[in-house]
Amino acid sequence: MDIKILGSGCKNCNTLEKNTKEALEKLGLKDQIEKVTDFAQITALGVMRTPTLMIDGKAIVTGRVAKTKEIVKLLG
Amino acid sequence: MFNWLDKIITLLVENVFGVSLETHLGGSLHFFFFDTIKIIMLLVVMIFTISFIRSFFPPEKTKKTLSRFKGIKGNFMASLLGIVTPFCSCSSVPIFIGFVEGGVPLGLTFSFLITSPIVNEAAFAILLAAFGWKIALIYVVTGVIVGVTGGLIIDKLKMEKYVEEYVYEIQGVDTEPEKMDLKGRLRFSWQNTSSIIKKIWIFLLIGIAIGAAIHGWVPTDFLAKYAGPENPFAVIVGVIAGIPLYSNALGTIPIAEALIGKGVGIGTALSFMMAVTALSLPEMILLRKVIKPKLIAAFVIITGIGIILTGYLFNLIGHLII
Repeated sequence: MDIKILGSGCKNCNTLEKNTKEALEKLGLKDQIEKVTDFAQITALGVMRTPTLMIDGKAIVTGRVAKTKEIVKLLG
Repeated sequence: MFNWLDKIITLLVENVFGVSLETHLGGSLHFFFFDTIKIIMLLVVMIFTISFIRSFFPPEKTKKTLSRFKGIKGNFMASLLGIVTPFCSCSSVPIFIGFVEGGVPLGLTFSFLITSPIVNEAAFAILLAAFGWKIALIYVVTGVIVGVTGGLIIDKLKMEKYVEEYVYEIQGVDTEPEKMDLKGRLRFSWQNTSSIIKKIWIFLLIGIAIGAAIHGWVPTDFLAKYAGPENPFAVIVGVIAGIPLYSNALGTIPIAEALIGKGVGIGTALSFMMAVTALSLPEMILLRKVIKPKLIAAFVIITGIGIILTGYLFNLIGHLII
């Protein structure tokens, strides 16, 4: 899986990254999370709200912090 | 709307605490408990409702709508969409780039960027609680007027060259924003509500406590001499004081509520609040990544003048509304 967290490095983005990591651990997945902090790159990916969780090029969580439990469901 | 709560709190202060409302302490206690419960109830209900409405207007959709508009109609549309599009200042840069890349004219982008933070759910709820419907609605309308006018002026000034060059080179792909069903929307609304309240509750309580002290102890009309509607400097001081403050400072509105009771002009309070939300220093620093200092200066000066004029207008006609 191609997992990206898009965000400028604000508190919300870090929380979303932490939750995603936890979700991956719970699912026993070893995929790496790629952080995209550059605004130009974020917009080039077609995203206008941070934080965003993108999986395989699809924005599945935009502009909000999803809880670990929710991400487990989305990834599972 | 809150007569029942007023009566309950009066009973609480007079019968449970045994303090008469006529005393300094009684007046303060009533102000504190009444305002705390009223504001928190309104915040939860309003932020939840507005977030729910906003879940239907992702910025990706707003961008597409706006790229079809030009002229004053477009500025008006941009301001209106600024009200309903979810926005936090950490998203202002990606939204700015996204708009420019999507072909939205600079003037329309600024109408959006000016109105969006001014008319936000927390400001609306607190105004509603502190001053009632009329003032809250007038605040929204003036927020739109300031945004439309500001955008029109920036358009006339032809400031496109003051956008950082790399912004024009970005080519984005169209990504579908997260799809939400009813459950997702309710969850989004709830998360937004709890995160805003978590952010401002402590400032709010401090604001209400200071407001309560002023309400109880400062003599009526004490401040009219210094910061009343007739003092032309009060508005300017209010706006300048608002710039370095971040939106958590909305918690200070109960102080404004108490100050108005002591003779401060309503326009002074409204313009302070607009300056807190629209002219935030952290947002300007973020915007510097995409626009050059000259355009930031134009944005601040135009928005600042708009807010100051709003302040004067309401100090002039405020007594007709309250």
